Amino acid sequence: MEYVIEMLGIRKEFGGFVANNNITLQLKKGEIHALLGENGAGKSTLMNVLFGLYQPEAGEIKVRGKSVKITDPNVANDLGIGMVHQHFMLVENFTVTENIILGAEPTKGGIVNIKKAANEIQALSEKYGLDVDANAKIQDISVGMQQRVEILKTLYRGAEILIFDEPTASLTPQEITELIQIMKRLIQEGKSIIIITHKLKEIMDVSDRVTIIRKGEGIGTVVTAETNTDQLAEMMVGRQVTFKTEKGPANPTEEVLNVQDLVVLDYRGVERIKKLNLTVRKGEIVGIAGIDGNGQTELIEAITGLRKIKSGKVLMNGQDVTNKKPRQITETGLGHIPSDRHKHGLVLDFTIGHNIALQTYYQEPFSKMSIMNYKEVSKKAKQIIEEFDVRSGHGEASLARSLSGGNQQKAIIGREIDRNPDLLIAALPTRGLDVGAIEFIHKRLIEQRDKGKAVLLISFELDEVMNVSDRIAVIHDGEILDIVEPKETNEQELGLLMAGEKRKSAGAVKGDE
Amino acid sequence: MSNRVINILVPVISVIIGLIVGAIVMAVSGYNAVDGYIALWNGIFGDSYTIGETIRQITPYILAGLAVAFAFRTGLFNIGVEGQLIMGWAAAAYVGYAVEGLPKFIHLPLALIAAALAGAFWAFIAGVLKARFNVHEVIATIMLNYIALHVSNALIKVWADGGDKTQRILETASLRSPFLESITQYSRLHWGIIVALLMVVVMWFILDKTTRGYELKAVGFNHHAAEYSGMSVRRNIILAMTISGMFAGLGGAMEALGTFEYVGIKGGFTGIGFDGIAVALLGANTPLGVIFGATLFGSLQNGALNMPNEAGIPTEIVSIIIALIIFFVASGYVIRVLLEKFNSKKEGK
Repeated sequence: MEYVIEMLGIRKEFGGFVANNNITLQLKKGEIHALLGENGAGKSTLMNVLFGLYQPEAGEIKVRGKSVKITDPNVANDLGIGMVHQHFMLVENFTVTENIILGAEPTKGGIVNIKKAANEIQALSEKYGLDVDANAKIQDISVGMQQRVEILKTLYRGAEILIFDEPTASLTPQEITELIQIMKRLIQEGKSIIIITHKLKEIMDVSDRVTIIRKGEGIGTVVTAETNTDQLAEMMVGRQVTFKTEKGPANPTEEVLNVQDLVVLDYRGVERIKKLNLTVRKGEIVGIAGIDGNGQTELIEAITGLRKIKSGKVLMNGQDVTNKKPRQITETGLGHIPSDRHKHGLVLDFTIGHNIALQTYYQEPFSKMSIMNYKEVSKKAKQIIEEFDVRSGHGEASLARSLSGGNQQKAIIGREIDRNPDLLIAALPTRGLDVGAIEFIHKRLIEQRDKGKAVLLISFELDEVMNVSDRIAVIHDGEILDIVEPKETNEQELGLLMAGEKRKSAGAVKGDE
Repeated sequence: MSNRVINILVPVISVIIGLIVGAIVMAVSGYNAVDGYIALWNGIFGDSYTIGETIRQITPYILAGLAVAFAFRTGLFNIGVEGQLIMGWAAAAYVGYAVEGLPKFIHLPLALIAAALAGAFWAFIAGVLKARFNVHEVIATIMLNYIALHVSNALIKVWADGGDKTQRILETASLRSPFLESITQYSRLHWGIIVALLMVVVMWFILDKTTRGYELKAVGFNHHAAEYSGMSVRRNIILAMTISGMFAGLGGAMEALGTFEYVGIKGGFTGIGFDGIAVALLGANTPLGVIFGATLFGSLQNGALNMPNEAGIPTEIVSIIIALIIFFVASGYVIRVLLEKFNSKKEGK
């Protein structure tokens, strides 16, 4: 079998930091090849080398048997390599067609022939079963369809080899299934695919072979059919990984958080939380399950003081904190792992060390008589970096911006858990993280619970909610529809609840407790 | 080449390229470039008098640069340093001549504080407008510049009973120093440079040492994260503008209490405040960098005065040459990129 792409012994350094060392990846024609590795293992670096964004220090790249030098993305394009980015590169208020032809507009006498392009794109979409409306505006279509537009973009430009960077990160379970079918269709049409991911389940579902890298080193390539998730996880992390988080029964005691008849508006004045009631007790993890956009963001922001509460009450440790300032609420014993780490969680242009102090910078020993003691800050930062395995180029002096997403997240989680709050709100704490990190974070959440603290977990991943929570509150359209125990439910039932269908059994009354 | 070498090479090469292009401009216009640069050099370092005058010129540039840099570091673009400086100038001059009977160690600090407060107040207005009503500080401060210019002119008219400048400030409020004058052949060098250097330390201290500085920077970089961590975004924006304006006001005091010892009606802006933007950017918005930027600006401005006299080059051409040199220093980034490319190629071989 011939190889369409061979990356042999690739090495890439960034000022002394070795991001890739001696990595070999060989892509056969017509296969789906997974590139597996932890956050910060060097997957993106390797693909950026292939895409011409970085120049390797050593190693060789062959395309269809011929040695090539990919000096910039245009060269990659000409070689038929296309990239479907994790963060879509689309102009929101352009149509699908306009986005796809952007930069390669078919013109006749200086005039863009949109109609012809739209027809071509529609035909291409049908050929590969992408189901994209070429004339729809990007802002009006779903995330899944936006991704298919990205795929179309590469196909329209004649890509034979498609690189998918973490393609399932922002998709719903249904959309993931569809994507897998599309990938298989692409292969049938003779394309070859590299998929970057750290989700083992998807690898087992979709790929033919897997290349694993760990901490920048190439570990090896295995045939998917001859391996299993345990072995893959071990190769990726370098040790055995458990998927089911071990935990004993919960011992809930007194109430920490009590939300009563909460009503919250969004920025347009639309009611997003409608008379919501919720309690969280010490010694338990309450999971909030729901589809994105059902009021999760507004609920967290209202509890943490980032958003005005229209009516209703929030009690923390018995204290009324309704519409109090964020710091006053924090000081009643609240920790908050925000869902958007770049917007709320970190000051990206601060060092990791300074970010570690973000919630406590004004307290002793970090600040004494209004003077910062940065020595203490970096001491604390080193401790958290060590304890939470935050990897970066220059330790606590690295800019937060320079860390990979997973390591940024670990730093935030370290900061919040280290304060040992009575209530820890964890909003999408494992989004974009690899199994090793997810396992670690779940353990830490359960540890907090076992120490007699309360945890409120918000997640879109059913697995996570089922695994970690002691009680699951299903949110739909700004209301808690029902509260169930993980043992007494399953994914199907939760799925229905999340879609807004109330249980018909007697349990439905429980929602109003 | 290590990073360190590149860091030093970049400004050096920038200045050299600027000088070469300036020389071409002079040659094309029919003037002797060598004579021109000798005149420039003599105008900066020629004798102790010119050195004294150069340092005097640098002083307000340092303060204007600090004002802009401080705002930048806290996420604000204070384009109103000019207006704040004008208000500081007027306030210092007024306190300098109108408050009588105080000993120097009270009167002089009082005049400086008046200038700092006037500048701070002028910036505070823009800060409040931004924090409370979301008015962009660039628009607010540009408009406040015009208001400052004409308010100051109107005040001077009242203070001077219809004249076009106030009376001289009292000796007890003056920054002038017979000692400094005597060692620089009676230049107008005054103690203001000490005030300016002290403020460099103050800016560094506020930003890098105090808890407030941590907040100001956090709000400037990412106000969402600042809000999440419980900081008051509004209060910090207002405070950042106010501190920035304080530096600018002190810049005005340098002119009022040192160089001129009065305040006169102005036909237009002094330009120091606007040059402060370039000074801050040349200095990468760091306190030490501002000294470098101000030195470059002040030296060139002062040295340029000598070029028409000594080398007979018209002031228009001189302005072009000075602008070219600064232009190339400011484009240091391009030179850095070229150097790094050259470097990596060499290492690749």
